[in-house]
Amino acid sequence: MTEKPIIEFQHVSKTYQNGTIGLKDINLSIPQGQFLVVVGLSGAGKSTLMRTINRMHDISTGNIFVDGESIVHLEGKELRRLRRSIGMIFQNFNLVKRSSVQRNVLSGRVGYYSTWKSTLGLFSKEDKQKAIEALQRVGLGEKLYSRADELSGGQQQRVAIARAFMQDPKIVLADEPIASLDPLTTESVMDDLKRLNEEFHITVIVNLHSVSLARRFGDRIIGLRGGELVYDEPISKVTEKDLEAIYQPVSIVKKSEVQA
Amino acid sequence: MNIVPTRTFTQKYHVKTVVWLTLFILLVIGTAKMTGVDFIMFFANFGQFTALLQQMAKPDWQYTSLVVQPILETIQMALIGTTVGTLVAIPFSVLAARNIVKNKFLRGIIRFILNLVRTLPDLMLAALFVAIVGIGPVAGVFTLAIFSFGMISKLFYEAIETIDEGPLEALQAAGANKIQMVVFAVIPQVFNYFVSYFLYTFEINVRASTVLGYLGAGGIGVYLQRSLDQFAYGQTAIIILGILMVVLIIDGVSNTLRERLL
Ligand SMILES: Nc1ncnc2c1ncn2[C@@H]1O[C@H](COP(=O)(O)OP(=O)(O)OP(=O)(O)O)[C@@H](O)[C@H]1O
Ligand SMILES: [Mg+2]
Repeated sequence: MTEKPIIEFQHVSKTYQNGTIGLKDINLSIPQGQFLVVVGLSGAGKSTLMRTINRMHDISTGNIFVDGESIVHLEGKELRRLRRSIGMIFQNFNLVKRSSVQRNVLSGRVGYYSTWKSTLGLFSKEDKQKAIEALQRVGLGEKLYSRADELSGGQQQRVAIARAFMQDPKIVLADEPIASLDPLTTESVMDDLKRLNEEFHITVIVNLHSVSLARRFGDRIIGLRGGELVYDEPISKVTEKDLEAIYQPVSIVKKSEVQA
Repeated sequence: MNIVPTRTFTQKYHVKTVVWLTLFILLVIGTAKMTGVDFIMFFANFGQFTALLQQMAKPDWQYTSLVVQPILETIQMALIGTTVGTLVAIPFSVLAARNIVKNKFLRGIIRFILNLVRTLPDLMLAALFVAIVGIGPVAGVFTLAIFSFGMISKLFYEAIETIDEGPLEALQAAGANKIQMVVFAVIPQVFNYFVSYFLYTFEINVRASTVLGYLGAGGIGVYLQRSLDQFAYGQTAIIILGILMVVLIIDGVSNTLRERLL
């Protein structure tokens, strides 16, 4: 089951400029094709962890490898190439609401185009076809020409998944992708992510607040608390009790640590 | 636990609002005194104004055919000037927007240039260009282009600063470069504002170019000046009616466009 790691964290720490600790000495190895769920209280560092992988955040110390290559010093074109290979899904979908669904989906592809070609909207026939297929994959083929803000929240999130798919990603990072959705749409969005994982062997990392979803969809669950990796188990070994412990407020844990 | 806090004295009696309002009123009165704005004289001499109005109430309709050409020239001047100014303003406004250019220094320089341009009075610009390129509409076009540039770039960068930054983040995360981010995530969000600011500036320019004509910068302004010099208020009336029509048309067009786009 475990192949070569596609992502590797080595003693990664991140302190924000205002002194807040985001991550603290994280060591983590994520094999290619894994569906990894990250859990933890609000402020535990889940988003921070995720954003260090595509360098939307820089780290303070340590090293991160993606596909065997250290990414912490990438710049310019190299950095854009890394980002192009990593899809990202956001809690607020982050679609351009005034643009068509088609243009939103195609915008996932701009990393493969020169500035002037993308500026003039000169996408290839294959990519336009690919955009249609990506939309059909999430069940929204008929919305191709709709404006993004005409869609429901769940539909917008699935368009965002189609956009990420256009990148031909090796990795998809989803930061609380279902936090603003109802239970039913949650289901279909999680299914879409799972299918990317199973059919295309894409490594998927998802931040979730729902313990039951984490257990249903994940291959492995890691827990963060106060920027530290406090839990890391394959799904078969995860127990209800473990998860409860992760969700304990930091203050209580701190106190018990002091007493011990 | 859940008790509504009591307001402080300052909050309760809106002290800040009262202080600012008082200051503002004092400022208005003070400046009126200093600049010698004399309301009494204004009303005392009101008679002259009504006499002029009476004469203008008899438009010289025969004059109409003569003003069509210069009015068209004015519109052309305003259109070219506004367009050129807008095209130059677009890159500048992007570079001046806080959420696009994080480099304070670069942004500062750009904003300084923009402030400088806006400070130049358009009448001075017109006089300058008349001196350089000679009397005629070309001087007017240059003046209006620079005036539009200053005004539009400010309106544009303020519009850019109000956009939803989520899509910018998404594009960046997908490996887009800065220009691609602007084209895909910024322009679609501000395009409507751009169109309506363009039309707004165009309308201002049509009116401004009538004044510029006084300095020999072409268009209907030259005729306006002549009619006033010759006390031919019937002709003045025709010119004003013409300008009014143009402004109304532009306003109508811009309203329809805005409704369609929003
Ligand atoms: N840009 C920033 N500047 C300073 N501190 C930050 C910044 N972003 C996050 N933090 C802080 O870093 C810590 C980790 O934040 P992070 O967003 O990673 O948490 P999270 O686990 O994703 O929480 P949530 O579940 O609320 O999204 C928090 O204490 C947060 O306040
Ligand atoms: Mg978060």
